[in-house]
Amino acid sequence: MTVAKKSPATRTATFKGARWLDERVGGAKFARKALTKVFPDHWSFMIGELALYSFVILLLTGVYLTFFFDPSSQLTTYEGSYEALRGVEMTEAYKSSLELSFDVRAGLLMRQIHHWAALLFLATMVVHLARVFFTGAFRKPREINWIIGVTLLTLAIFNGFAGYSLLDDQLSGTGLRIAYSIALSIPLVGTWITSLLFGGEFPGPDIIERLYVIHILLLPALIALLLGLHLFLVVRHKHTQFPGPGRREDNVVGEQVFPTYAAKAIGLFFLTVSVLCLLGGLVQINPIWVYGPFDPAEVSAASQPDWYMGWLDGALRIMPGWEIRAFGFEIPNPFFPAVLLAGATFGALYAWPFLEARVTGDHASHHLNDRPRQRPVRTSLGVATLAFYVVCFLGGAADVLSTTFGLSVNSVLWSFRLALFGLPPLAGWVAYRLCKELSARDGLPVAEKVHWREIPGRLRHGVATPTQDASRTDQPDESDESDVGASTGGRE
Amino acid sequence: MSPEHRTSSTTAEALAAACFFVAALAAVGLGVVYWRGGQTQLEGLLLAVATGGIGVGIVVWAKRFMPDEQVTEEREPLASTEEEIAAFRSSFEHGEQSVVGRRLLVASIGAALTALGGALLFPIRSLGPRPGRGLKQTAFAAARGRPGGVRLVRQDGSPLRPDDLAVDGVLTVFPEDHVRDADSPTLVIRTRADQELDLAEGRDEWVVDGIIAYSKLCTHVGCPVGLYQSGEGLLLCPCHQSTFNVLEGAKPVFGPAARALPQLPLGVDDDGYLIATDDFSAPVGPGFWDRGRS
Repeated sequence: MTVAKKSPATRTATFKGARWLDERVGGAKFARKALTKVFPDHWSFMIGELALYSFVILLLTGVYLTFFFDPSSQLTTYEGSYEALRGVEMTEAYKSSLELSFDVRAGLLMRQIHHWAALLFLATMVVHLARVFFTGAFRKPREINWIIGVTLLTLAIFNGFAGYSLLDDQLSGTGLRIAYSIALSIPLVGTWITSLLFGGEFPGPDIIERLYVIHILLLPALIALLLGLHLFLVVRHKHTQFPGPGRREDNVVGEQVFPTYAAKAIGLFFLTVSVLCLLGGLVQINPIWVYGPFDPAEVSAASQPDWYMGWLDGALRIMPGWEIRAFGFEIPNPFFPAVLLAGATFGALYAWPFLEARVTGDHASHHLNDRPRQRPVRTSLGVATLAFYVVCFLGGAADVLSTTFGLSVNSVLWSFRLALFGLPPLAGWVAYRLCKELSARDGLPVAEKVHWREIPGRLRHGVATPTQDASRTDQPDESDESDVGASTGGRE
Repeated sequence: MSPEHRTSSTTAEALAAACFFVAALAAVGLGVVYWRGGQTQLEGLLLAVATGGIGVGIVVWAKRFMPDEQVTEEREPLASTEEEIAAFRSSFEHGEQSVVGRRLLVASIGAALTALGGALLFPIRSLGPRPGRGLKQTAFAAARGRPGGVRLVRQDGSPLRPDDLAVDGVLTVFPEDHVRDADSPTLVIRTRADQELDLAEGRDEWVVDGIIAYSKLCTHVGCPVGLYQSGEGLLLCPCHQSTFNVLEGAKPVFGPAARALPQLPLGVDDDGYLIATDDFSAPVGPGFWDRGRS
């Protein structure tokens, strides 16, 4: 290996600069600590990083887009370069989106990278959440960071929706109308919420202008703030690690930030940008000129939202035509699948770390990750839940499925209604059996098996007791660890 | 260092450097493409090559030439020690007396801040009007008690006669002078002579020459109900597949919608044009909690 030697002159200049700064703010000790900080290495720890990089790309491309987009519901007539829409009446918002796409050099590229980055942002957040869930990385002391993460996910979903609703094309207008109706369905406050948010009855005079402020200022600022807090806590807690030789509850084994980890992270950032540029340049996304401007009297068949709203759209379709009416009051149908289900989903996510600790009685701190197979109950519950939302998501494409395969829409939707209750238990059961088989094949530490039997009653399987984890922390049993390590860690 | 290792190391270095050079070339190319008028696909490709080259180069650099040793760092406990907590407590309690001890001041500043917080909520009220009759009526309400009713017009504003609609035909119409109202799109459908209408009492008079009119807004979440299967007389909402039976008062027969599409009472004015003689039979579009209260 050859190490390039810096010329003494450069060295002196750098040193002088650093000295100048240090005399004013101090911090050599802190900076050294930052350089030598250790991050454990595992491919699954990169997923959250990808979400972070997607967000950075969203900010960069988003700022560029704001220079050209005109968030106005003022009506105008299009006379621009896209032949098919000439002479059509539309809002300034839609018109400026067309101009951005057709007349601003690199405008369409930026718009498409922005949209792809949003899709990737949400996708990596969901996979990251699944990783943290299935490895038990949400346990004490990381509950607060789990809560911040779930909040980030909800904010990102809202911001993605607000973003694509700005363009005022036929598809997004339809989505906005559905969102309006969902908010309207909330008992007691629904009519007030929609009136205050939209500035009146749908579509309201101000909604594009308001969504714009929400999309480019309010939510991004909140996301950036919480993201900072999220990362701060990751540093404060020190990252979790998988069990392996030399890895214990009270240490962290991995690469130092400088230079290897930082270089890999920067490399990964550039690779993420690269993939998004490739998608943004070559794969069309949200071609608003095909949809036309929003007209509340029109809708096209096969109206599907962006992927992260798909589960809600599917739930709306799968729900049978029930609602509650009494004394002239009612709880309209969309309230149940859209408000109640969404509320229950995120409520359960927020509550999970506390729920699990309560049920298992495990209130100890954990820095060693579980392998999913070690926790059959948690893993199978997670898999069943995922199956539920996948069925919802696919239900959002019921009309496309029925036309593609020439089936009746009714029978497709009935299949989804049945699958929604049939598939999750089945998937959970399969996951449970797989966990058992796999951990048996691994010959997991006997200690765990003993402790399973010691836990009486519910959720007996696959949950470690605090005493066991404490014993591991206090007296690291070398043979035990190499046993686990043989099947898990240390590959990186 | 063994000779083989040196060779492969040289190769890796050359590879990383080549990546950076390709990236530089792609970046220059991007500038040229942009300068010459821009081309989305080429811009995306070149930008991807430029950033990808830098990314791959850095990763090769990191993997081959940077230390990959595993370093162990101890985890210090997160919780503070008992001494630290005691020290905090004594400092806090030292200052606490002058803050919490003043009961009257605490109570009064609490009252002031609460009142201020409440007052600051009021500007939210400016964001929109009080939800009122608007949700429960449309521009067709002007027809009530007016002999000429309200004419139905096409999107271009032109009125229509019953004969303008072919058998099995469907047309989206609006109240005259209100074609932009989001709550007013209405479907007029001309049923066939062999299709028997089974409507609620009194509503047979709302039909003119087999033409029946319903609100186009789905009672589920307000999408326009756009697909008509004339054979069975079914209207299908493309958004969430709610299905309504036109022949039976547009009652929902499948999907999430739980209420019938409101019907519009039709008539013909002295000039032979289709008119509405009153507003819809119920508030149009999606439900809300006090929809049924007048």
